[in-house]
Amino acid sequence: MHQVRHILTKELKDYFLSPIAYIVIAVYLVVTGWLFFSAFFVFGQADLRNFFNLLPFTFAFVIPAVTMRLFAEELNTGSYETLLTLPVTPGAIILGKFLAGVVFTAALLAPTIAYPIVISLMGALDWGPVIGGYVGALLLGAAFTAVGLFASTLTRNQIIAFIVGALVCFFLAVLDKMLFFFPQGLVGVVGYLGAEVHFQNVAKGIIDSRDVIYFLSVAFIGLYGAHLVLESKE
Amino acid sequence: MIAVENLTKYYDGFCAVDGIGFTMAGGEILGLLGPNGAGKTTTLRMLTGYLRPTSGTIRVKDLDMEADPVAIKRLMGYLPESAPLYPGMLVYDYLSYVANLRGLRGAAREGRIRELVALCSLWDIMAKPIGDLSKGLKQRVGLAHAMMSDPEILILDEPTSGLDPNQIVEIRDIIRRIGREKTIILSTHILSEAEATCDRIVIINKGRIVADDRTENLKRTAGQEHHIHLRLCHAAPDAVRERLAALEGVLRVEIAAPEGDGSLPLKLVCRGDRDRREDIYREIRATDWILTELYQRSRDLETVFRELTKES
Repeated sequence: MHQVRHILTKELKDYFLSPIAYIVIAVYLVVTGWLFFSAFFVFGQADLRNFFNLLPFTFAFVIPAVTMRLFAEELNTGSYETLLTLPVTPGAIILGKFLAGVVFTAALLAPTIAYPIVISLMGALDWGPVIGGYVGALLLGAAFTAVGLFASTLTRNQIIAFIVGALVCFFLAVLDKMLFFFPQGLVGVVGYLGAEVHFQNVAKGIIDSRDVIYFLSVAFIGLYGAHLVLESKE
Repeated sequence: MIAVENLTKYYDGFCAVDGIGFTMAGGEILGLLGPNGAGKTTTLRMLTGYLRPTSGTIRVKDLDMEADPVAIKRLMGYLPESAPLYPGMLVYDYLSYVANLRGLRGAAREGRIRELVALCSLWDIMAKPIGDLSKGLKQRVGLAHAMMSDPEILILDEPTSGLDPNQIVEIRDIIRRIGREKTIILSTHILSEAEATCDRIVIINKGRIVADDRTENLKRTAGQEHHIHLRLCHAAPDAVRERLAALEGVLRVEIAAPEGDGSLPLKLVCRGDRDRREDIYREIRATDWILTELYQRSRDLETVFRELTKES
């Protein structure tokens, strides 16, 4: 397991020693901050519902941009060969890179904690949904990171990895709103597959095992798919 | 040390490696030789556990590649062709990352890095990003990477390709220095390199082994035959064959089709123990054939290689 730790540390260094991490975080904060606060003063309500409503859609684009390089870059430069012929299992590599993506997502969210703090100074803020929202955001981030990581194993081209990852994440995020396209019989099943409903449940402050299991299953399927893809390259 | 049996690899129906098998004792330097696209890299990638063979077995010591890939990888150091390392990392960071993944800790890690820096002369570049290095320097970092855990087996894929002559000599020196106690497999398409560094040469072509012998044996068999090329006019092929094949020391007569001007090019394969040109000349003088050309080519490793691997 300490190999997972070394891979995680190396990937985090790659993120934070280059300017890309700070650019992504800055752009993310500017865009979400603007989208959130431009409506905030119109409604005049002391909550973060608007911020969390947008989160599945902003994550659907930001997270694949963060994860696109994880494998595509290594496959492109060939360094994956040097890595895999060291005594490490593909599982440890996938897990290390996945955790690095999750940590990055957490780093992306961390500065937004300033929002609830500022809002709580302006009015009576209910902290329950805020905490739920952040827990949900981490679960959602983990699920999307796994999807993006899976997309990154498919190709040597980071742009393709980003587009595929963003498409799948966006599809999961909007699925709830597209239910009217599906026949009546399928609505229940397809409705369960959408990420937004599960996220909004958690963001209300209700942490239900069904929602948690949903996010963990998406993450597991993504990582397992990545494992299968890497194995098929052998 | 290493036993490979019937190793085969198909890529989408294309057979890259076709039933390769060999065994290796410890402390040997084996050169895997072949033209480009012969299956050298694929073979090495299977030996290092990067690719899974379509069929066949690889055993290292008592370990089976299918069952214990990680245990085998622990015994091996591998440098892929053109050393694909992380271009953004500093040399020191990279080496300590590899050391960490190899399970070296604290003082042992720093000590080992220092040894490798001395062995591969990396002092001046420790704080440079790998992407900024020249090809030769990068190759040296790659060698340090491969030798990190002081592995018993070292596998190098074209370690000198793309280097200038000075760098080639440097890399060969390092290989020879470490080859005294290690088992090394290196692939190359440069004959003189295999001749200079390897104890044993395996030549592969189109995924099959076409020769496998100790370097000095290969050189000796190569020298055992002389090729004498002749060109005759006014000669009937059958009569030529009968007469020259009867000569003592002539192993084979190869006659090509007569050319437009009526001359007949042919090749005699003779035993290499002494010069046969005089005998041949006397024999021809006794006939009414006109001799227009006679020259001898002694067979060296290069001719053996060309004969074994030429397209046909």
